Amino acid sequence: MTALQNQTTSPVAHLTPEEIEELGRALDAIRAEIVASRGADDAAYIRRVIKAQRSLELGSRAVLLFSLFPPAWILGTAGLSVAKILENMEIGHNILHGQWDWMRDPKIHSKSWEWDNATPADAWKHSHNELHHTYTNVLGKDNDLGYGIMRVDEDQKWHPLYLGQPVYNFVNMLLFEYGIAAYDLELGKNLSSKKRRQDPKFKAAYKAVGRKVRKQALKDYVVHPLLSGPSFLTTLAANATANVVRNVWTHSVIMCGHFPSGVETFTRSSIEGETRGEWYLRQMLGSANISGSNAMHMMTGNLSFQIEHHLYPDLPSNRYKEIAPQVEALFQKYGLSYTIGSLPKQVGSAWWKVIRLSLPNNLIGKPASVLPVRPAVERADVAA
Amino acid sequence: MTLTVPPRRTATSWLSGARRLAALAATPLVPADYVDLIAPLASRSDLRARVLAVEPETADAATIWLRPGRGWRGHVPGQYVRLGVDVDGVRHWRAYSVTAADGDRIAVTVKAIPDGVVSNHLVRRTEPGTVVQLDQATGDFVLPAVPGPLLFVTGGSGITPVMGMLRSGAPDDVVLIHSAQTRDDVVFGAELRALAAAGAIRLVEIHNDTDGLLDVRTLPTLVPDLADREVFTCGPTGLMDAVEEELAGLGLLERLHAERFRPSILAIGEGGTATFGTTAVEAPGDRPLLDVGEEAGVLMPSGCRMGICFGCVLPLREGAVRDLRSGDLTTAGPGVLVQTCVSAAAGACDLDV
Repeated sequence: MTALQNQTTSPVAHLTPEEIEELGRALDAIRAEIVASRGADDAAYIRRVIKAQRSLELGSRAVLLFSLFPPAWILGTAGLSVAKILENMEIGHNILHGQWDWMRDPKIHSKSWEWDNATPADAWKHSHNELHHTYTNVLGKDNDLGYGIMRVDEDQKWHPLYLGQPVYNFVNMLLFEYGIAAYDLELGKNLSSKKRRQDPKFKAAYKAVGRKVRKQALKDYVVHPLLSGPSFLTTLAANATANVVRNVWTHSVIMCGHFPSGVETFTRSSIEGETRGEWYLRQMLGSANISGSNAMHMMTGNLSFQIEHHLYPDLPSNRYKEIAPQVEALFQKYGLSYTIGSLPKQVGSAWWKVIRLSLPNNLIGKPASVLPVRPAVERADVAA
Repeated sequence: MTLTVPPRRTATSWLSGARRLAALAATPLVPADYVDLIAPLASRSDLRARVLAVEPETADAATIWLRPGRGWRGHVPGQYVRLGVDVDGVRHWRAYSVTAADGDRIAVTVKAIPDGVVSNHLVRRTEPGTVVQLDQATGDFVLPAVPGPLLFVTGGSGITPVMGMLRSGAPDDVVLIHSAQTRDDVVFGAELRALAAAGAIRLVEIHNDTDGLLDVRTLPTLVPDLADREVFTCGPTGLMDAVEEELAGLGLLERLHAERFRPSILAIGEGGTATFGTTAVEAPGDRPLLDVGEEAGVLMPSGCRMGICFGCVLPLREGAVRDLRSGDLTTAGPGVLVQTCVSAAAGACDLDV
């Protein structure tokens, strides 16, 4: 995708600034409705999911004590994989967004939650909640656009190193939790100079990640295997497998959020002085949903409602499904395209983009931006 | 040659070893998080209680019988506990006096106040089996070690800590002056009257609908030996302020023990933008910053909610707050802590949560 501001026909050109603010107010109203109706049922929902996840994890780890027997290995590994996915997606990611802070339960609060992932919750909250969700799909601002190792937009400058990006993406997929930890540390930037390497803030963050990685690895690769006695090696393999399965799944779901075709990107200058309505509009165009069953929505942490999540990152995930038809109706009303597709289609589309954009634009039949970067049409109108 | 004797493995060291192993196996959670799934009362770090029964006392008051979890350290009659109750999915903490104890059960008695989110929920919509959060009993509204003659002056639900004392076997010489809206509104009415009939206490009931409000100037007439008594008062702010003033006038202030359920609000602040960590909200000048923060979803530390226990204090990093009880202004500085439950914003203020 070419940054929206660099396209010859912008998909938002037909909207007046007044319409954009009206759209913003309509989205605010949906939000207010959910906030007003949050209650005991929602609280019961997240507690039920947490209870189910912990029971599944405990049960799976108990089965894996006998992982020497192949049926136990298969059952335990499958259960643990699902438990780890639920923990990271529907529980961890959403709690860390503050979706459940309104309950004022210190056990289910973004301030106190720590998740089963290599990256510490605090580091994730900064890079994900503050940076990615604020600067969604803004070139040069949102590091989620290629995670700093890939080129996923025609407007990102090509470099021969990007030829290897299908391989980088594959490796990142397998080791995704460590990829995220490295990403949260902004390793690329922070290792580049001695001054940055020795910055006390970076060193502290680096140490925190080290501690977290050690504890996580000790649990999965030493403590639980040791508890399994003669099943040491098979439990080790099971835990490693569950972590890889979780990594592949989360990586795939997250690729579907912003990489598939139909998702727009934005230039840096377009967000200067951005209004509430324009912010909403950017979230609407910068995200893509995944269609599927309730079980699939649960396993994606309801990130299958990526559009709704980006509009309302702090609303409880169990309510996204309910508001999706209202949000889609607003897309229609304002002549915007609601990007949605099945998981295989969206994963395929995202991978195709990674493969295609490993080549320079002139080899893929798309010249580099011929139009100069200019402020969004609607910005000019607002200023006028 | 030196001989090093290895330390003997004791049962406790095995236990602590097992605990450490469990902690390593449970990370990033703690083992208690798994225990909580099946036994929420077993936790020692998070005290909880199970509701056993809800017994109506009057049309709008009920006694809630609770079984506290492991780690409950007991209470002294007259003390209060804080209960953390989930209402519509949101946790609210309130303080209630312990009114009875029986074996490993304790009771609090709650009067539903108009618009009271928690009190109405506890009195009318709480089912046995519900698990609530609990804090250890606290408060110094308790009988002296060797009690002499006593006078209790109570109003409305202010009878609750006094009932706790009377039930624990109060001393011989007790006068209770209790004020309530009507005869039927007297919480524990039947039990108090029975105590009076049995000669255990002298009971003076004031029913506001027929008798008007208690005139504290009549105290010396109602209780001629007032000067010989320790005085305990608990009830509406107006009543307690009047008792305090009257006793001060009589030179008996040092004999007064008072238990306030809510701060007497004397002053209001200016209001302003209050910042709690990363959350900033508009805070009105007449509302405690604790309430404002909680409503904004901030995980505020809290305690008695009436300016006594200091469980809610937070460092004031910038700006100023006004004490709702006294009107005193506190401005930010190194090490300045403020009680958020009785402080309102006085202009912009920044609290470190």
